Amino acid sequence: MGMTMTQKILAQAAGLDHVEAGQLIEAKLDLVLGNDITSPVAIHEMEKMTVDTVFDKDKVALVMDHFIPNKDIKSAQHCKCVREFACRHDITNYFDVGEMGIEHALLPEKGLTVAGDVIIGADSHTCTYGALGAFSTGVGSTDMAAGMATGKAWFKVPSAIKFNIVGKPSKWVSGKDVILHIIGMIGVDGALYKSMEFVGEGIHNLSMDDRFTIANMAIEAGGKNGIFPVDDIAMAYMKEHSSRPWKVYEADEDAVYDEEYTIDLSTLRPTVAFPHLPENTRTIDEIQEDIAIDQVVIGSCTNGRIDDLRIAAEILSDNKVKKGVRCIVIPATQKIYLEAMEEGLLKTFIEAGAVVSTPTCGPCLGGYMGILAEHERCVSTTNRNFVGRMGHVESEVYLASPAVAAASAVTGKISSPEELGL
Amino acid sequence: MKAQGTVFKYGDNVDTDVIIPARYLNSSDPAELATHCMEDIDKDFVKNVKKGDIIVANKNFGCGSSREHAPLAIKAAGVSCVIAETFARIFYRNAINIGLPIIECPEAAKAIENGDQVEVDFDSGIIYDRTKGTQYKGQAFPEFMQKIIRAEGLVNYINSQYQK
Repeated sequence: MGMTMTQKILAQAAGLDHVEAGQLIEAKLDLVLGNDITSPVAIHEMEKMTVDTVFDKDKVALVMDHFIPNKDIKSAQHCKCVREFACRHDITNYFDVGEMGIEHALLPEKGLTVAGDVIIGADSHTCTYGALGAFSTGVGSTDMAAGMATGKAWFKVPSAIKFNIVGKPSKWVSGKDVILHIIGMIGVDGALYKSMEFVGEGIHNLSMDDRFTIANMAIEAGGKNGIFPVDDIAMAYMKEHSSRPWKVYEADEDAVYDEEYTIDLSTLRPTVAFPHLPENTRTIDEIQEDIAIDQVVIGSCTNGRIDDLRIAAEILSDNKVKKGVRCIVIPATQKIYLEAMEEGLLKTFIEAGAVVSTPTCGPCLGGYMGILAEHERCVSTTNRNFVGRMGHVESEVYLASPAVAAASAVTGKISSPEELGL
Repeated sequence: MKAQGTVFKYGDNVDTDVIIPARYLNSSDPAELATHCMEDIDKDFVKNVKKGDIIVANKNFGCGSSREHAPLAIKAAGVSCVIAETFARIFYRNAINIGLPIIECPEAAKAIENGDQVEVDFDSGIIYDRTKGTQYKGQAFPEFMQKIIRAEGLVNYINSQYQK
């Protein structure tokens, strides 16, 4: 029986010729990741272990991104704990204020994630790196601690769902619409414990940034990982960003999938997930009523990359954020911030009446930098719209693409750019 | 090993943001986290939960964030076991890794109601609903996971491996 892309990567990392779904394996890790929320718990757990050094100081990445620049004293204590740990263990890839970015935008940009890697991260959106043909998955802090100490992790080999991507998306349809459409179709547990493998000629019509967004939200369908084949677009990205060798794995022709779907990009429409689950999707055409909003967030590990900011700027140039709406733009990394500045995107945002923040996860998880009050509504390019996710338990988050978010900022209600004559 | 207590029953897709909202994640102290456990979907949970009580929920319990603070908060609140139709995979790993007993059992999860008195025998995987006089068999853990559970978590398990 043939293996999927994911199964092939896991077999190699476990030193086995063949693995099959359901098999428990121990795999060697190429990278172990943590952030300022999850790492302190991992460090505390690691202190209880008899192994007291990290397995490889170059293969641990600690990114301070959720509550930094420190939002309060307790967050500052957490960052201090991680900073001291990084210093004590001489961690090569420790990223603090000035160098940091949102982890899942930062690590590929720094060339730390490449095709064929096995990566665990104490953050659920670690699945993002599947866009480059890596196996990467989110874990908790204790798994992170064990990974840092031993360089290994146990996995149950997942079965897979295959998404055959065909066609070309229309002007305002992006990776976010693709993944929201899929989650709407299969549900928030539709890929529970499984790989989501994206294949087909249509992926050539998706930019790297689109693919990062799609792989990023595999977890919102319950997936263990999301993964793309490595084509010339992915190779060009890795050549530009990384000096590490990569290895390409392709699914066997007789690989077995639990389910198969065909997604025709040309038929997709801008898609919005209504409160309080990412599966509550409607296309922009299905939204008949006016849904007035108070805030727009454009950023996060899902949609804070340069393509996302370019799309938002295209819509906000020659337009103004509607009075009464707060529009918060958060470039995901320092490099993206700089690129956006050099391209004049930041000027466009500021002149339109938006505010531009230093990189942070901040509002996505209701941390800071854009918390919602009771009964407020936000259109957000982030990844979750659970109860209380961005603030008050009676607030609402609508998930959408940067195009829909920017257009909504202009009209003050959930809108497609088409409504602005774009 | 056995658990016995009053059931707090919840529905589908109980996410880690409602188990422990991110506004409290500037702390990693389990006892402090426990004081806010479930507050966004059940304000009275913390007030009413007693040591040994049991959470029962429907599908995809613990979806969302990887925050280990979620099972830590549940455990520190005194909960002895979580029974669900299915668990989100990161929560499932985390619960086993920190030694919070969990059981997947769709039949029990559907039938057991809020306030029922429930007893769980972890060795046999049998769940007894004493209020209704019914019993269910939970799904057994693979041998490897049982070792982690017996060691009361991944850290102890790894320590035992590396001492050898």
